Amino acid sequence: MLQINNLHVKLEEEDKQILKGVDLTVEAGKVHAIMGPNGSGKSTLSYVLSGREGYEVTDGSVSLEGEDVLELEPEERAALGIFLAFQYPIEIPGVGNMTFLRTALNAQRKAKGQEEMSAADFLKLIREKAKDLKIDADMLKRPVNVGFSGGEKKRNEILQMAVLEPKMCILDETDSGLDVDAMKLVADGVNALRSEGRGFLVITHYQRLLDHIVPDVVHIMADGRIVKTGGPELALEVEKNGYGDILAEVA
Amino acid sequence: MPAVAKQKLAELKRDATEDRLAAMSLPEGAGWAAEARGAALARVREMGLPHPRDEYWKFTRPETLTRAEAPKAALFDGGEPHLFHERDRLHLVFRDGVLDMTASDALTLDGIEIERLSDAMAKDIHWARDVYGVLETNGQNPVQRPLAALNTAYASDGVVIRVTGKPAKPVCLTYLHESEDSDAILHHVVRVEEGAEMTLLETGPAAARFNKVMEVDVADNATFHHVRAQGRDHERRAVTGTFARLGSESTFKSFTMTVNGVLTRNECVIELTGDDAVAHVAGACVGDGDDFHHDDTVFVTHDAVNCESRQVFKKVLRNGATGVFQGKILVKEGAQKTDGYQISQSLLLDDDSQFLAKPELEIYADDVACSHGSTSGAIDETALFYLRSRGVPTAQATDLLVLAFLAEALEEIEDESIAEEMVERLSGWLERRAA
Repeated sequence: MLQINNLHVKLEEEDKQILKGVDLTVEAGKVHAIMGPNGSGKSTLSYVLSGREGYEVTDGSVSLEGEDVLELEPEERAALGIFLAFQYPIEIPGVGNMTFLRTALNAQRKAKGQEEMSAADFLKLIREKAKDLKIDADMLKRPVNVGFSGGEKKRNEILQMAVLEPKMCILDETDSGLDVDAMKLVADGVNALRSEGRGFLVITHYQRLLDHIVPDVVHIMADGRIVKTGGPELALEVEKNGYGDILAEVA
Repeated sequence: MPAVAKQKLAELKRDATEDRLAAMSLPEGAGWAAEARGAALARVREMGLPHPRDEYWKFTRPETLTRAEAPKAALFDGGEPHLFHERDRLHLVFRDGVLDMTASDALTLDGIEIERLSDAMAKDIHWARDVYGVLETNGQNPVQRPLAALNTAYASDGVVIRVTGKPAKPVCLTYLHESEDSDAILHHVVRVEEGAEMTLLETGPAAARFNKVMEVDVADNATFHHVRAQGRDHERRAVTGTFARLGSESTFKSFTMTVNGVLTRNECVIELTGDDAVAHVAGACVGDGDDFHHDDTVFVTHDAVNCESRQVFKKVLRNGATGVFQGKILVKEGAQKTDGYQISQSLLLDDDSQFLAKPELEIYADDVACSHGSTSGAIDETALFYLRSRGVPTAQATDLLVLAFLAEALEEIEDESIAEEMVERLSGWLERRAA
């Protein structure tokens, strides 16, 4: 599904190399987790995959189902099936959450040559998806993420994911700022979306999210590279001993 | 300014004014109307037409509004019906500034008396006498508005509306622009009697050059709602003056949407004369291109206790467009417990567009809460990326953020269904422009 080869990325403004040769393949139906200490380049990877400005790819390639991703605009990547659940979801005053979701869904359908969804069908769809995530009518009516609590913002990200049904879901520190109950709700939302045709890349600093979203593969990232890859047990090792031992071992 | 220069300017203005007046003729009439027109003409001569050196014309060049001949304006067909066409309303149609009686509804509606200006002027005794030119004259001090006086003198058509009850539907004035060189001067007079209320809708560009004055006298406990859209013709020019006087516990709310139009100057002069009155004036403007110029000039005077006023103006400017806001809140001595608010903001979609703002507060009472703010900003890049990352193309995402920016002004429209109609039409216009 997602193929990342030898990806080198630097910050445009600071001329600072952040990713120094990332190799990663996420297969359809699998959940990959990326763990790593602060500053290892995890979030940069997620931004580069989604097409955020400010990063320069100096080497390497990224493809989704064989299609070159790096040449595409963010909206084209979205239509191709890439979805980034933001670590800090953006507030957009004046744009209603429903309007936002419907505009996004129909824009993607249009890009794929499908017909736009009618207002009635959309309402039905959104009600159903929102119910599972315990998102009430008020949250749907309010401007995007404005006045939402940390947990509400993250649930709103998962709602978008559920509505847009992307092929490749990237979750950037989705557990940050969540209490246990909220984390469980979010994890249930993600797990409900796990399917054969969909890949997940779950970026997290802590192991606790992976108790709820159990990964197939765990990667450890340090200093802009994947330094170790293993099964779910690798996450438990990090939880127990911290990153120090692993980093020392691969150094 | 040195005395010699001052005299020179006065001469220049006098000559320019006489040139314009020589090209016009006063509509015929006698009695109170002739008196009002004559007095207005004298005021125009006394003040002289606006000049770029005048304090309140520094940001907006008045030449095309003052010169004898109206610049031509190409006709525009948006391929859609005018706003409010599906609404239950009393509909009046003006073609290039002339009321078309056959295309309009009969002038009858429970709760209001509505007449053509010329009919009202033909009567020896008429209530409009106490308003026509009177509120405009009050509004000339301390800032002169000579184009409004010119209007009072020469207005060739208009309606006078007396509201005595609560009419079941709004009055809607549709202004068609059908001739490339039309030069229309309309003057409306509204008196909302004690406890009465009405909604007035206006839509359309009206003419190649349009000078409109509306005087609104809102009595105690009365309510006046006003919503207008100034059409989409790119080349039309308009100068409008709204003069309102508010009695105690009365409400006045006015909202204007301006899209396109090469030159617009909307003046609004409000005087709160009775205690506990509320006045809101708001505008949303979308301008595109370096020949687009839009100016809101507002003056709110608090001359009573415990009144509230709000000025909310938002402008979206792109491709070298210019927006101007000159807004003032004057709180007179004794106007305690005044709550005055003023915000003017622009969203500049590129470096070539500009927004010029002159917010003013002048306060002579010590127990008041007045605030004003003015900002200029670019589109929020983070929000734009967020939308794009969800698959919304840049142009469409920009439109969404533009509408979001204008929302605070559109929220000033009291009637939700009218607000919705405005938003819908506006988003359609934005979408088609992008296509």
